[in-house]
Amino acid sequence: MKRLRRTMLFIPGNNPAMLQDAAILGADSIILDLEDAVSLTEKDSARSLVKHAIKNMDYSSIELVVRINPLDTEFGLEDLTTIAKVKPDALMIPKATQQQLLDIDFLLDKIEKEENIENSSIKLIPIIETALALETVYEIVKSSKRVIAVLLGAEDLTSDFAIKRTKEGEEIFYARNRVSTACRAARIDAVDTPFTDTNDFEGLEKDSRKAKSLGFTGKAAINPRQVDLIHSVFAPTAQEIKYALRIIFAKKDAKEKGLGVFSLDGKMIDAPIINRAMTTIDLAKVLNIL
Amino acid sequence: MINSIGREFPNEILGYKKVIPFKGAFSDTGIKEKTSVKVIAYKPGTEKILESITEMLHKVGMKDGMTISFHHHLRNGDFVLNNVVDAIAKMGIKNITLAPSSIFPIHSPLVDHIKNGVITKIVTDYIGGPVGEAITNGYLKNPAVLMTHGGRPRAIESGDLHIDVAFIAAPACDSSGNINGVYGKAACGCLGYAIADAQYADIVVAITDNIVEYPACPIEISQEFVDYILKVESIGYSAGIVSGTTKITQNPVGLKIAKMAAKIIDETGYVKTGMSFQTGAGGTSLAVADELKKIMKSKNIVGSFASGGITGYLVDMLDEGLFKNLFDVQCFDLKAIESYRDNPKHQGMSGSLYGNPNNKGAIVNNLDVMILGATEIDTDFNVNVITGSDGIIMGGSGGHSDTAAGAKISIVVTNLIKGRLPIIKDKVITVTTPGESIDVIVTERGIAVNPKRQDLIEKLKSSNLPIMTIFELKEKAEMLTGKAKALDFTDQIVAVVEYRDGSVIDVVRKPVS
Repeated sequence: MKRLRRTMLFIPGNNPAMLQDAAILGADSIILDLEDAVSLTEKDSARSLVKHAIKNMDYSSIELVVRINPLDTEFGLEDLTTIAKVKPDALMIPKATQQQLLDIDFLLDKIEKEENIENSSIKLIPIIETALALETVYEIVKSSKRVIAVLLGAEDLTSDFAIKRTKEGEEIFYARNRVSTACRAARIDAVDTPFTDTNDFEGLEKDSRKAKSLGFTGKAAINPRQVDLIHSVFAPTAQEIKYALRIIFAKKDAKEKGLGVFSLDGKMIDAPIINRAMTTIDLAKVLNIL
Repeated sequence: MINSIGREFPNEILGYKKVIPFKGAFSDTGIKEKTSVKVIAYKPGTEKILESITEMLHKVGMKDGMTISFHHHLRNGDFVLNNVVDAIAKMGIKNITLAPSSIFPIHSPLVDHIKNGVITKIVTDYIGGPVGEAITNGYLKNPAVLMTHGGRPRAIESGDLHIDVAFIAAPACDSSGNINGVYGKAACGCLGYAIADAQYADIVVAITDNIVEYPACPIEISQEFVDYILKVESIGYSAGIVSGTTKITQNPVGLKIAKMAAKIIDETGYVKTGMSFQTGAGGTSLAVADELKKIMKSKNIVGSFASGGITGYLVDMLDEGLFKNLFDVQCFDLKAIESYRDNPKHQGMSGSLYGNPNNKGAIVNNLDVMILGATEIDTDFNVNVITGSDGIIMGGSGGHSDTAAGAKISIVVTNLIKGRLPIIKDKVITVTTPGESIDVIVTERGIAVNPKRQDLIEKLKSSNLPIMTIFELKEKAEMLTGKAKALDFTDQIVAVVEYRDGSVIDVVRKPVS
């Protein structure tokens, strides 16, 4: 069963207390941030702090991701070479472009070889947050075999469009669909943009459900208090599990009777529905609901 | 001598009575005697109201060497203790034994009185603020005696602690001395900690800023116990009185600890109809109550009672029908005060009814689930709530030892690391509550169950929670912090820690400066 990525929690890379507690805050993935959370004057010390945290703390229970600065800034390359050496699970690439990913892939090949790290073990998660990136998202995903997921960055994206970012999210409806489709085509995770009002839990739930309904497999969080709620949205409900179990039993039953196709509650159950039921049950098992 | 949990102290301690070593939480039961009490029979029409504090001190015959007591229901808003002790000092009196049920930062003027020999002995259940530091640094002539909220009434009733004059701050008082705590600008709710003092002290003085029409119903302490009444300008300020409760913690680590603690209560089978529960007033303790509430609601559980110091959160749970009753020994906020005043389901209890081990059954013995804090815990599950990591007195048992002994499951909730120090040590600096009373320790990085509770370990066998031995938990902490340097202490004993039964469970020594 592949690793769960229902939540990806941003942790400012220059905050030692949060780096210390990051692994026990309940998120599936944590993103140690060297980019937007860190001011320009703190970039170098944050890089050093994150490097030492990764070397000395136990992050084995979660997926460890580091968001480095873009390669075209004065910090990006140094971030990449320093952090790659301590082997995070993945690097998160802001303002991703095809060229950037190709360059990073090349550099990582080199570093992995030099440091005796298994080739391609450091993965990539590009952030789609410009109009160009949105337009070329499938190409970005396919540009490197290291790409395991995509994060939609709606704040920067709407800024690039010079449009208003709202809680309802109508303005990013197309973007969500496009990213989700590309990810599904490439069979990788689609992670939704964070909900920035950390006191509005009703809004967070609505937003998470919207993302789930469009095919996103998880959501970024910017505050630990958002994690549990997002998990509950991306977990199958008791009803969904019950129904999935009924389908599997009905399938077994039909097979024993020598029937190929069968119906349940008057609805014809064919392969896609059976597959969805099995995915639901697998997820429920991993979440210890079953 | 070495007591039954391995703590060492001299056979005789200068300035302290006969040393009886701790032998176990329930080693001292059976027939107990109460001391006889002196009462003055008053003729009808005897005037109790006095005009000034000086007149009052003369009337009660205040002199060197007396023992005086106060309750702490006005908490950090109390004016009475400071005013009385100041007046005693002005009279040139020395060598007073001070026996307040607790001491707070507002009582910092005591430091000078300690240094000047006005106060040469202190007997109390909790010391917060500068007084703790002064005592730890050896300024008090005799070792302080630290008791528990249940052990103090035991000591008063048995005669171990003889009170010459009890000063009872009274938010509402009538001309015959009937006292209640629910009316007046300094209303504080119930007066549970003052009841033993009222019943057993040689002389009882009510100090009030609010003389009400006779009778001052609902009567908490009746006129039969009160000798004199002193009217003053103000007994305390309400902001300091009603601010005992903090808010539910927003800290994600604290919330995680609370969630795990609530799950433990559930998975060990203690969430059931008729359950009883008690928790503290701090941020994480309140969060546990909040998480428990969610579980109780989802299972339609109605508990029998919640108890202890009562906060607005517990009042809400009572009002929402999650508990049938509250047993209140202290009101922490305005909501609790009003509920105590108006709701007959919200009952008061004296300190003795709460936790005295020497009666026919205290409420702590009926308690199912207790949530506790700790400054340090050792690998024998002994808990320290008296001294900080620097060896300075900053707290006291309060009701810690009493509830831990009585409750069917006692759960300590704490961060694994505070500052950069591990909470779990080989040996704590000061033992307050013995390990035999502590069942589970819940931290954000793991949960340890006392090996004596095989029944709980069985129940948690198939749990998803991170259960490990206390040694593994200690190791986890030390991997992050390294091993803490041990503190150095002198031989000077600055405080004696008495268990509920009056035996010596530990001592506090002055740290090497």
